[in-house]
Amino acid sequence: MAAPKVGTFTTGLVPLPAENVDTDQIVPARYLKVIDKAGLADALFHDWRFEADGSKKNPPFVIDEPRYAGHGILVAGDNFGTGSSREHAPWALGAFGIKAILATSFADIFKSNALKNGILPIVLPAPLHATLMQIAKDDLAATVTIELATATLTTPDGATHAFPIDLFSQKMLLDGLDELDYIRTQGEKILAHETAHLGTINTLQPNTPR
Amino acid sequence: MPKTIIEKIWNEHVVDQQEGAPAILAIDLHLVHEVTSPQAFTGLRGRGLKVRRPDRTVATADHSIPTTPRNLPIADEMAAAQVKQLEANCAEFGVPLHGWESPNQGIVHVIGPELGLTQPGATIVCGDSHTATHGAFGALAFGIGTSEVEMVLATQCLLQRKPKTYLVRVDGTLRPGVSAKDIILALIARIGVGGGTGHVFEYAGSAIRALSMEERMTICNMSIEGGARAGLVAPDETTFDYLKGRPHAPQGADWDAAVARWRTLTSDEGATYDKEIVIDANTLEPMVTYGTNPGMGLPISGTIPDPANESDPAAARALTRALEYMDLHAGDSIIGRPVNTVFIGSCTNGRISDLRLAANVLKGQTVAKGVRVMVVPGSADVKRQAEREGLDTIFRDAGADWREAGCSMCIAMNGDQLAPGEYAISTSNRNFEGRQGKGGRTFLASPLTAAATALTGVIADPRTLPGMSR
Repeated sequence: MAAPKVGTFTTGLVPLPAENVDTDQIVPARYLKVIDKAGLADALFHDWRFEADGSKKNPPFVIDEPRYAGHGILVAGDNFGTGSSREHAPWALGAFGIKAILATSFADIFKSNALKNGILPIVLPAPLHATLMQIAKDDLAATVTIELATATLTTPDGATHAFPIDLFSQKMLLDGLDELDYIRTQGEKILAHETAHLGTINTLQPNTPR
Repeated sequence: MPKTIIEKIWNEHVVDQQEGAPAILAIDLHLVHEVTSPQAFTGLRGRGLKVRRPDRTVATADHSIPTTPRNLPIADEMAAAQVKQLEANCAEFGVPLHGWESPNQGIVHVIGPELGLTQPGATIVCGDSHTATHGAFGALAFGIGTSEVEMVLATQCLLQRKPKTYLVRVDGTLRPGVSAKDIILALIARIGVGGGTGHVFEYAGSAIRALSMEERMTICNMSIEGGARAGLVAPDETTFDYLKGRPHAPQGADWDAAVARWRTLTSDEGATYDKEIVIDANTLEPMVTYGTNPGMGLPISGTIPDPANESDPAAARALTRALEYMDLHAGDSIIGRPVNTVFIGSCTNGRISDLRLAANVLKGQTVAKGVRVMVVPGSADVKRQAEREGLDTIFRDAGADWREAGCSMCIAMNGDQLAPGEYAISTSNRNFEGRQGKGGRTFLASPLTAAATALTGVIADPRTLPGMSR
């Protein structure tokens, strides 16, 4: 699978003003029985979106509201992605068309998983976050431009705001580079470390039958 | 400069550190299960890569397997296919597998310690956020995503930024009826589910030292529920006593050398942390959660909080929503809330000592009418040990359901689940909406509190049980 590549994009906002949105809401565990990454778009926020019979809720959950169709930036509450390590969460967000999430903080594992899938977890200061949440609710035509190369976000009023990003992740995403390929370029160092720590760090004994 | 144990383990495992880039961190042990690994093996196949260190990789099936008798096939076709895929992947890539019918099968975080795979000073990863459990041995252990599973399979390394450190000192002595689960629920209630984000907890203090290995595992297990990817306890005699003689533990002269090295894995006098908190064990009560994240917990004698008293509007909104979902009312007592199901098990509290505590409460008693009590051992080994001690008979005689090992209703992937609207008191780790079944509602608590509740059918204070004086 090719590594994700991210550049500059402009898209609408979807408001999800809930704190601590956990991975069990993003993808309920019963959808983790897949053995590939495909087809998770319908699993996204499943239990907030669908009735027991599989029909969409009425009124629909925010991401299904026709007025937000095609909007690729989720504006969510604090500590988005808390919970499990399931990478199915960013897979499902990506499959649905979400390219970035704006929040005041993210859970560690989710943040790492999102970046590996080209979804930008963008941490904003509370006032700017609150402004964008309000815009997301009030102004359906509003768009935001995210430019990864400069790590900036341009709000509908034309103002540009810098956001923090891990410089390594930024470079990998801009160039479409793969983290595993990067680690593999360091094969000699890995071997040297392994040899230097033979039997000292790792004391695992081969299994003996009990 | 004085160092914490976290920094010591980190430094020893850094393969390479380039300016501006994350460290390449060597991984000593990679645990694999059926749910977060299939796409990683597919990735390896696509790249034409092998597993670099199958001798440091161990797999088991735990999440999606049924807990019904093992002579029955897996009825759920998707779960069956996933388990079969794990078997095929392990065979193809030479990864040792304790498969779903193996005598060593169990929840990945239960069998690692049990087999002596989990050792002090090691870096341990698994595609599962409760990998923090292994930190109880003084290991740096954390959950990873499937992309990272693929990286570790291929290179036995990960790209990581150095974590910040967070000292959690628990002083004093736990009162009767209060246990390790209550310590960790109290910590999370205090700091919130995001309180430890970006940090690794080190649990220290006299109350932590006094705990058994299994109790330390309960605490480290839920580090992620406080936002910390990992949490650990510096190893001591309790750790070495637990490990000695286990199948993968060093033996003979190797053992002595290992212990001598492990003894150096303490935080140096004067080492500093990025954050610290002190908890007084003497004042802790049994804890129960009332809401939809593990930070929404209270002492069992407490009452459901009122959103009107929340100064932060976001917190008030979250609390209002949680109480709506749980159908609970501000000001009500948590004691006396009825439950439909009692779940005793999981990587948090599915070990033999947990089952002994619960069995001790249920011995010669009968569970409340209409309440389903499920006891799910954390591993096949825990199950055998419990049966040798007659705990299965105690549970069955009391009217509880004694099942095969697995994650079961902690994650509700395998058919063990709540019906919409049902309440469970659960010894597991997450009370998220629908975590134990769509529409299900979870109260998290200790095995003692869960067992006391099983007898009455309503949330009960274990301190009122015979032999638990206040």
